[in-house]
Amino acid sequence: MRKNLRKWMLFLGAAAFLALPLSSSAQLTTNQLHDWLNSPAATSHIGNITGNAHAAAEPYRRYCVGCHGELGDGEGENAKWFEPPLFPKPRDFQLAVFECRSTPSGTLPTDEDLFDTIARGLDRSNMPPWNTFTKQERADLVAWIKHYSPRWQNEKPGVPITIPAEPEVTADRIKAGREVFARVQCWKCHGVQGMANGPSAATLTTDQGRPIEAFNFTTGARPKCGDSDRDIYRIFMTGLDGTPMPSFADNIKPDEAWDLVFYLRTFMPQHSKERELAKQLNLKPVDPNAPAGQQ
Amino acid sequence: MLVSTRSHLRKVFHFATPLFSLALVLACVVSTCTQPANAIPAFARKYGLRCSACHESWPMLNYFGQKFKDNGYQIMNDRDSPIWQNPGYWPVTFRMTPIWHRVSTGKVLVDTYSAGSTVPTGSALQRITTSGFDLSGLDFHTGGTLEKNFSFYLLPSSDPTGAFHFETVMARLDNLFGSPWLNIKLGKFELDNLLSEKRILTLTGNGGIYQLYHFIPVGDGNIFGQMGDNQLGLEVMGHSADDRSRYSAALLSSNDGTTQLPYGNAYTGFFTASQAFDAGKLGVERIGAYAMVGDAPTTWLTNGGPSSYIAGSGIGNKSFSREGFVGQFYFGEHFDLQVVTQHGEDSAWFGQGYGDVIDGVSVVNNTTGTTLPAGAQAPTWNGVLFEPHFVYSPQLIFIGRYETIRMSQQANGSGSATPSPSNLGNISTYTVGFRYNPFMTSRAGFAWHNEYNWWHQDGTAPDGSNLNVSELLTGFDFDF
Repeated sequence: MRKNLRKWMLFLGAAAFLALPLSSSAQLTTNQLHDWLNSPAATSHIGNITGNAHAAAEPYRRYCVGCHGELGDGEGENAKWFEPPLFPKPRDFQLAVFECRSTPSGTLPTDEDLFDTIARGLDRSNMPPWNTFTKQERADLVAWIKHYSPRWQNEKPGVPITIPAEPEVTADRIKAGREVFARVQCWKCHGVQGMANGPSAATLTTDQGRPIEAFNFTTGARPKCGDSDRDIYRIFMTGLDGTPMPSFADNIKPDEAWDLVFYLRTFMPQHSKERELAKQLNLKPVDPNAPAGQQ
Repeated sequence: MLVSTRSHLRKVFHFATPLFSLALVLACVVSTCTQPANAIPAFARKYGLRCSACHESWPMLNYFGQKFKDNGYQIMNDRDSPIWQNPGYWPVTFRMTPIWHRVSTGKVLVDTYSAGSTVPTGSALQRITTSGFDLSGLDFHTGGTLEKNFSFYLLPSSDPTGAFHFETVMARLDNLFGSPWLNIKLGKFELDNLLSEKRILTLTGNGGIYQLYHFIPVGDGNIFGQMGDNQLGLEVMGHSADDRSRYSAALLSSNDGTTQLPYGNAYTGFFTASQAFDAGKLGVERIGAYAMVGDAPTTWLTNGGPSSYIAGSGIGNKSFSREGFVGQFYFGEHFDLQVVTQHGEDSAWFGQGYGDVIDGVSVVNNTTGTTLPAGAQAPTWNGVLFEPHFVYSPQLIFIGRYETIRMSQQANGSGSATPSPSNLGNISTYTVGFRYNPFMTSRAGFAWHNEYNWWHQDGTAPDGSNLNVSELLTGFDFDF
């Protein structure tokens, strides 16, 4: 009996010893992160402000870690309660894939992109606008975010796309935008009336396979990456990396892009010149079955 | 030798194995299975933010928390309406504080007895010191949004005996006309004090309030100017999108937050304005000003005798005012200093003890024909409080406070038959302490609280000398 007990104790002890590396695997990653934290990549430059990752350690722990996690993997204590698509999972900084960028699809965002996202927050998610931070605090947090992924060690951010000056809104431009909307098949996800009810809407998933909703233009909600005309232009010309929203930079010419912005504005309930013109034109939703160029 | 060593090792192993195994198992359990305690503070649970996101140290707000409050408990990201929450979500938080404290009050008047006598033969001053385990009252915080831009807050609160009252009951219309500059609140609420007494980091009897917010000169009958008490009224407030600029204006009933209109038809205004600045690596600095201007009754109708006052019959309103500056200064991420100044003035009538007869604070009635005695004048005072914080980490904060109030004009001036000493009622108080939060999650708040307060007032001991009170407190302050 005693012998058996000893055997069991030995077995349990050995099992516990073998399990120790599992519990300390996070420690290894922490060591790696420590190295990256001290690398030149873990700084940011926004105008004349230089962000220092070390200075953001406490603010990150205070404000961000509950969702984004100690390791920046988006697995904070609250992440398990976020159920997409209503509540998207927190960003995994280790992947360094960001939706809101001024840079081409597939490239890293600029420091300013992350800086702006922190202050703006992300509508339709739990990410609030952190615009109470000082600019220095935000710059420090940008630097901190960059220490989480090897991508920042090896890659440079993309070059921001060029956005030409915004032209005058005209009825012709709105009609042209309607053609673009039909041609590049925005309606497949966003629906012919911008109500996020296109034929593909129910099947959308992120790169991680989590369900995601197309943007519904008609609710009055702000687009996730900003609600100015330039922001909307940027969204479909850079795409939202990690989501099914692709970049249309290869399919839409800059002038056409402005036309599309004006047409999308006609869906939005906020008072705008575009909506007035659309009313005057008595614009009908696009017909998905109409031949190309005959909307 | 080898055999002997082996035998010895076997012996050691024989005894050590069970202990070693047990230790290893325990080590594994501790290293892999330890989880922070979970509970459910209403807002943190709704938004998945840790306490520290909104609180410099719970319950004191930081700038983000202040903006959240100013937005009507919304983070303004289209997930504020309760329709987005799981139907099981219940926006309730309980808070209570079991403590041990020691209170020492100098110069208490006690009866003296001669040997064998059961009847007091005189009285003497004596220090009374009491210590023991105790409880705070219980707060039920429930608040949030009824719909996007419709907010509410309800706080039934008990004293330590379990007797409840409504500390806060308010509904708020937020962002009217789509602008953060226009929000309207109706009900009983905390005044828009930048340094909030309801979120004070100290818990002792005298250190757990701001003296400036409750000061009443000696013999004064005006209870209505206590800006630390929640008041009944209507507040209009607004702020910039980043909350750097703020203003508020409130119209209040002059009844010190008491329901059922026990006093009269008097009103008080409370106004604040402040501006914050981005000071780079120092942080965000805010300066502001406030003013409380109102009047309150001194004359009461009676029925059945001179002291049978009729509730709600107060007239003969007299004026009072409190005004000052507020500063919130940050010096990097670890140190900040909160400053409030005050200049206060009550009507000479209040100074002579006219005012709240309903609660027995006043014993005189300003009936027709009453005149002020010679030398009566409006009591005025100046005060300041400094509250530095050293935030070692979001989980550990050291707190200090020095507060002083100095009378600049006594109610009974030099022309009075019994002029008051110039320092009568002056207050000085020091508080030091620290709060340690052993864990920090978005589900519960728990602090090990330690504090010492020393309070001094000139001329208010029973023999007219100075009065000192000290208190030492330690306890667990938690909400969930």
